[in-house]
Amino acid sequence: MKQTYLYTDPSDKLSLLVTSHPELLLTLSHFGIGLGVGDRSIAELCRDHDVDPRFFLLICNVYTFDNYIPTAEVVRATPMSGLIPYLRRSHAYYLGKRLPHIGRHLEKIAALLPERAAGAIRRFFTTYIDEVTEHFAHEENVVFPHIEALEAGGGDAYSMKDFIAHHGNLEDSLNDLVQIIFKYLPAGATGDDAIDMIFDILEVRRDLHKHSLIEEKILVPYVLNLEKRKK
Amino acid sequence: MKHKVLIIEPSELIVDGLKTLLAAQPSLRLLEPLAGDDDLDARLAMLRPDVLIINPTVNDNVNRLRGDRGTRVVALVYQYVKQSRLRHFDAVIDIRDSRQAIAQTVIDAANSSNEPDTCASAAGNYELTKRETAVLVEVARGLTNKEIAERLNVSVFTVTSHRKNIVRKTGIKSVAGLTVYALLNNLIDEDAVL
Repeated sequence: MKQTYLYTDPSDKLSLLVTSHPELLLTLSHFGIGLGVGDRSIAELCRDHDVDPRFFLLICNVYTFDNYIPTAEVVRATPMSGLIPYLRRSHAYYLGKRLPHIGRHLEKIAALLPERAAGAIRRFFTTYIDEVTEHFAHEENVVFPHIEALEAGGGDAYSMKDFIAHHGNLEDSLNDLVQIIFKYLPAGATGDDAIDMIFDILEVRRDLHKHSLIEEKILVPYVLNLEKRKK
Repeated sequence: MKHKVLIIEPSELIVDGLKTLLAAQPSLRLLEPLAGDDDLDARLAMLRPDVLIINPTVNDNVNRLRGDRGTRVVALVYQYVKQSRLRHFDAVIDIRDSRQAIAQTVIDAANSSNEPDTCASAAGNYELTKRETAVLVEVARGLTNKEIAERLNVSVFTVTSHRKNIVRKTGIKSVAGLTVYALLNNLIDEDAVL
């Protein structure tokens, strides 16, 4: 069955893509592409930023279309040199920008709560940040070096099977936080900050969901192929 | 609300025929058909069809296809398939059936489907019962199911079932999240959190 809606043409203007799907703005920042792209095509911008346009379009498709999961053939046919840098930059973005931003909202809300409730909600968020930090650190210190070694023709003892077995979910806690803010805050703490915060959490949750999808449906098959080839 | 119907079938000819036939049914909404069962679990989890029409030679693991979504799984048969393989399907469409019979099979399947989510809201009550509140307090204090069972003098199974209801009613899954809930609702003192 043809899926004609997917982006496939690198000669398209990037601005058109982003105008119809503004959520791609986040993706651009993960590629290190800033705003002010003018009328330049995807191919031109990718050349400037040293990204393969096929890889760029694959990621854009995953971000844009909720039902799209690339097939094994698509993953095999796409050059993946940009994948690890992309994932590293995404990690830095979540931890350095997005989550601290949510943390600032949370702090304003906590200031309106009775002390013990404030303490509980702060602890919840700190624990979550620790969980995310640990999750990313493991990928950056163990998983990515393993892949980079494979790409360079070497290898180490780590196997992608361990990754599959242990890849945890970072969205559940965010869901819990949305439920708490949305349904159970006492009156008096439910102003604009709470609403802003819910929007921010929903957006970062969507982004993290796509991030996991990229790791599970692109990174994993790609690396399993590399491991197989090495044997 | 329209029922979502997903067709999984490699033959474009068959798919187009079925689409034309079902498109006339106002109570059904056809999802974009799939040709095979690549990444099927993930796709089903996202699409959440009410009715899945699938060629049993593509996949006949009905339990997996049904998942926990209450999806009705209908076999689409146009070559010889052993009767025993069709046993677990909710219904069977034979390609030689009449236009009306095929549409009726799908509509019946759709009407008998039930999403667990809507089932839960039909039950309506989101207040925690006394017993559920008692379990929640112990969960928030950091006790395990076994410890809670001993303390409240009920079976572990009962505790598990209360916990499922707590998660369904509050929408909160993690212990940390439930602790915040308990504190916000003054169910426990902070000192009580282990």
